[in-house]
Amino acid sequence: MELFNLAIRSIFIDNMVFAYFLGMCSFLAVSKKVSTALGLGAAVIFVLTITVPLNWLLNEFILKEGALSFLGASFATIDLTFLRFIMFIAIIAAMVQLVEMVVEKFAPALYGALGIFLPLIAVNCAILGGSLFMAQRDYTLAESAVYGFGSGTGFFLAIVALAAIREKLKYSNVPNGLKGLGITMLITGLMGVAFMSFMGIDL
Amino acid sequence: MSTETAEKEAAVKDTEALFSKRRKKLITDPLVDDNPITIQVLGICSALAVTTQMQPTLVMALSVIFVMVMANLSISLLRNKIPTRVRIIVQLAVVASLVTLVNEVLKAFAYDMYKELSVFVGLIITNCIVMGRLEAYALGNKPYDSILDGFGSALGYSWIILTVAFFRELWGSGSLFGIPIFDGISSLFGEDFQLATNGLMVSPVGAFIILGLLIWVQRTKTGYVEH
Repeated sequence: MELFNLAIRSIFIDNMVFAYFLGMCSFLAVSKKVSTALGLGAAVIFVLTITVPLNWLLNEFILKEGALSFLGASFATIDLTFLRFIMFIAIIAAMVQLVEMVVEKFAPALYGALGIFLPLIAVNCAILGGSLFMAQRDYTLAESAVYGFGSGTGFFLAIVALAAIREKLKYSNVPNGLKGLGITMLITGLMGVAFMSFMGIDL
Repeated sequence: MSTETAEKEAAVKDTEALFSKRRKKLITDPLVDDNPITIQVLGICSALAVTTQMQPTLVMALSVIFVMVMANLSISLLRNKIPTRVRIIVQLAVVASLVTLVNEVLKAFAYDMYKELSVFVGLIITNCIVMGRLEAYALGNKPYDSILDGFGSALGYSWIILTVAFFRELWGSGSLFGIPIFDGISSLFGEDFQLATNGLMVSPVGAFIILGLLIWVQRTKTGYVEH
């Protein structure tokens, strides 16, 4: 039940895009068509669900203060948390590469759909943000897996919804200066208002 | 790099002043005409979350300026040594080290600020402006020019987030840099004169709307139209 609550919270209430502004770059750049938005959203869910638990393992058994104590008593005081950024980003970049190769080998159809988005994801703030929040909030392994999946799904929902709106937007007469980025920001704001209504849910 | 362009660059360098017209353009272009946020749509990711108040925004802006200048310099110095295939990893490693440095400095000397910015300092690593400028400029240009380019882009980014923070803090909390402005105005005009704050500005929604409007104003001035 706890895990279910966490999933709901990470999808709707703590939505990556509307509450924390993470992944805005790709959110704005890849939301012109629903089909591409679906591809990127799926890739984000995929990568977040893998990298957050993986980074949890890394954090728990290597980086955390005292995590190295399994090597012997003299290692018990070592605190490697300052290496967090560089290790997390390395894991993410390596995982993205690995996932790309595995998908290409075993699921060519999926690779065709996700293909070009996977490398982009290595530098998506939502992915690194997911891992950093996980470390900051002291999740357990199961929680971090659920959190990764949930926040990925939240991003997926947001980008698909925005892409659907922008497809319709092509037919409307927007003032010149507001075309493109400007109107998209305003729409995102309005969508954020809609998502704010979930804040009332007490989980 | 071919020898021809290298020679040309060398020739340019010999005759060029420290702040020649071209070099000034490197700094001034990203401020308005080619602004990283409003025109190139880069780096919106980690910045907006910190703009509820001026102070953390200023710290964020300074951190980004430092990281961008240093990263552009390092990558530019290494540009002929980095194999093309692994350049993304090299860039990430350089940026991540610099961000770690900023993070540790904040933790040591400004712990409150470190707590308030939480994960967003770390997210400078994946800030698209940093990676974008490294890819587009530092990999193919000399160190000094790259420094100027990084500085210009970071300034363009900074003034936008500071402007957003200005309006969000003024209208959302009625203060600037923590100094209560609305209360001061109220006391000038007497008890009956009260300025109300708008809670929407403190929420993320306010940031989107302010930035949307800012983009509108800015693009109307520069005449830039997206198709």
